[in-house]
Amino acid sequence: MKKIVLALSAVLCLLFSSCGDDRPVVKVYNWGDYIAPGVIDQFEEESGMRVIYEMFETNEDMYTKIKNSNNSYDVIIPSDYMIERMIAENLLSEIDMSKITNYNNIDAEYKNLSFDKDNKFSVPYTWGTVGILYNKTMVDEAPTSWGALWDEKYKDNIIMMNSQRDAIGITLKYLGHSLNTTDAAALQAAKQKLIDQSPLVLTWVVDEVKDKMIGGEAALALVYAGDAVYCKGENPDLEYVIPSEGSNIFFDSMCIPSSCENKDGAEQFINFMCRADIAAKNAEYIGYSSPSTPARELMGEAGKDPTAYPDITKYDLEIFSSLGDKTKIYDELWTEIKTSIGV
Amino acid sequence: MKKLSKCYIGLVLAFLYAPIGVLMVFSFNASKSRANWQGFTLDWYRQLFSNDALMSSLYTTLLCGFLAALIATIIGSMAAYGLAKNKGKKSTLVLSVAYIPMLNAEIVTGVSLMLLFTLMGLDLGFFTMLLSHITFCIPYVILAVLPKARQLDWSLYDAAQDLGCTPTQSFWRIMFPELLPGVFTGFLLSLTMSIDDFIISFFTTGNGVSNLSISIYTMAKRGIKPEINALSTIMFAAILIILIVANVSAAKKDHNKSKRSMRI
Amino acid sequence: MKKNACLIPLYVWTAVFVLFPLAIVIYFAFTRAGGTGFEFSLEGFSRLADPMYLGVVLKSFKIAIISTLVCILCGYPAAYILARSRSRAKFIIVILMLLPMWMNFLLRTYSWLSILENTGIINTVLASLGLPKVRFLYNEGAVILGTVYNYLPFMIMPIYITLLKLDESHLEAAADLGANPFQAFLRVTLPFSVPGILSGVSMVFVPSVTTFVISQLMGGGKVPLIGDVIEQQFRVVNDWHFGSALSVVIMVIVLIFMHFINRGDVESGTGNGGRILR
Repeated sequence: MKKIVLALSAVLCLLFSSCGDDRPVVKVYNWGDYIAPGVIDQFEEESGMRVIYEMFETNEDMYTKIKNSNNSYDVIIPSDYMIERMIAENLLSEIDMSKITNYNNIDAEYKNLSFDKDNKFSVPYTWGTVGILYNKTMVDEAPTSWGALWDEKYKDNIIMMNSQRDAIGITLKYLGHSLNTTDAAALQAAKQKLIDQSPLVLTWVVDEVKDKMIGGEAALALVYAGDAVYCKGENPDLEYVIPSEGSNIFFDSMCIPSSCENKDGAEQFINFMCRADIAAKNAEYIGYSSPSTPARELMGEAGKDPTAYPDITKYDLEIFSSLGDKTKIYDELWTEIKTSIGV
Repeated sequence: MKKLSKCYIGLVLAFLYAPIGVLMVFSFNASKSRANWQGFTLDWYRQLFSNDALMSSLYTTLLCGFLAALIATIIGSMAAYGLAKNKGKKSTLVLSVAYIPMLNAEIVTGVSLMLLFTLMGLDLGFFTMLLSHITFCIPYVILAVLPKARQLDWSLYDAAQDLGCTPTQSFWRIMFPELLPGVFTGFLLSLTMSIDDFIISFFTTGNGVSNLSISIYTMAKRGIKPEINALSTIMFAAILIILIVANVSAAKKDHNKSKRSMRI
Repeated sequence: MKKNACLIPLYVWTAVFVLFPLAIVIYFAFTRAGGTGFEFSLEGFSRLADPMYLGVVLKSFKIAIISTLVCILCGYPAAYILARSRSRAKFIIVILMLLPMWMNFLLRTYSWLSILENTGIINTVLASLGLPKVRFLYNEGAVILGTVYNYLPFMIMPIYITLLKLDESHLEAAADLGANPFQAFLRVTLPFSVPGILSGVSMVFVPSVTTFVISQLMGGGKVPLIGDVIEQQFRVVNDWHFGSALSVVIMVIVLIFMHFINRGDVESGTGNGGRILR
């Protein structure tokens, strides 16, 4: 027994004395698999700092941990509506843009966006649209409207996204509303529309949609453009379209949380990520769209792919906004929709 | 009858291993997607060994799993032994409380433990993750050991003491060997639970400490890479080899023993 | 070793890491976000009265109970055969049954999707034989299959270790007294293994009531279970109060359920088994 205790404490000691490394530390909290391999090593080498890297699965998971734990992070990469919410709750700290010298690599149309109007808190990392991925061999004609997802013809051939804001958002768009509406009648109509749709839906998924569409499991699916790029690469029968009613455009941006302990390091990291060669590397690896023209130019053909880089002025694209107190309406709606399906 | 028995065990194993087989085959698939077979490749194995993040999360998983299983086994086995003779209200109460970590949806356990650590002023990291794993492993150990503890024959324990053993000696010599299969099972079940846990680990870790489950679940959004299948295949092969070697050496020992006893 | 002293580590651990967090959950269950902070409220519980949630709760219990029964029916013979076997390899086989569970849950479930999908392995084989395709996924059956798959070893293990101790001579004695093998099984073996079955039921039934990923992946989000609703409250809609209330209610129901099952053990179960053996 004593031996075990001794061995245990030896192991624990080893774990907590982090190798006598006294480089300054930057703690980065990002989505899983959302950075090109080697980029972190390169940053460590060039800056002389050490990166502690952690990953999350959803904005909400990340938010819960930032808000409730004692742990500090220096750079986080949330999505638009979450950034708006975190700004409102004083969870983010202002970035000194004068230190982000590569900020001018970011195109003007991706600056000062609705969730951070004066662009004080966030630097765009990636963006994308939401649309329909369809299998050309399984549909009669290329869909142009969200209505395709409600078409009886495609019963059991439709994959929906198991994601609250996206599913309700595109339904609102289909019905001609803003995807940020809090109008009770519009939301009730959207809820009914989704419940009506449920007999046609093969399955509600988030992550497995890619494999299913590549394998030809369904004809139509609601997807993010970045996933569509990957699927098209694996199965040339697939095509992506942004329906004419308009859709969602989303941003994942780099921010500094207010719990940050190494602001200078955080700003250096953000600046590094905006450098054209690094941004190109990341965008190429991730497949989501880069907000930086210099980076796109380095990417060759991939930087011109119309799936990832549509002419955004041609569509009615809206950014999700944080709903504040009204979140609750969506929450209850979503819980009702998800519970009514199948019961 | 013998044949039928073997067939049945074979069937159960086939059911348990069907998805594992598929997973292994896909670790050699040239395509990233599991929907396409695009020919044989060893690329994923090559990439796996150069993926430091994945290797370090494997290390965290194994270390956390072994430590959590070990400590949970000690606490849980002691508790089951303590409950062995007691079948009244106290035992039911203790068991009910012990169920709670199993019963709570993982997310509830994860979030409430995170809040606890925050209140205690602890920084989330390996240590807090280990504490959480021990917590949800203990019930499995108790449940594995308890049936064995209830089978204990206490007259043997008394007899050993009559023959001059101290209570401690009689425990280790008489009772412990009886409990051992349960203790071992409890350890294995704990290890299984710990290796597989995502949600609780996610909410109770920090400071860059990540286990395999966290790596896998967070990368699921963008598609799980076949590197993970490769890693699982290697893990599986390694364990299988250890088992076979252990079995063969045990067989040899048995063989020697029987030879020796023949000579006597 | 003093038996009460043995329980001290468990008590201490439980007090700090189980009861304290439980108190936090209960606190959330009985409050709601008010103007400045949390205020006392039973809103979480009153929302539960909606028949929609009742349906989900019932379905969750139904699936958990069916899965547990299937695990007993499939697991018991396997545990019995292994425990009775004289082969030295039996221990290896027992470990082999647990080994698949060491591969990540998500990977295993994705593999099931590959096998069962409309374009999956089984349907491809059926199609090449000229047989019609079968839709395996996205229904209750698929969720039950997923649950059984993930918990079966947890049923086999405890039954197996209990049966290891079963003495052949008792079965022989029963046979001598004129019992046929089936009667001997019912009167001797089965009562003897009750503690193992109970442990197995606890390890299968209790966690499967609140499981969530299985129903999302195998049921394709079309078979919502209570675990999904709870998970959603915490990870999507951020309503910890309602999530906690749901959790507390489920906890109470399951504990009552398990209490009756365990009492059955105290009154009959091992009591008889033990007596027969003695």
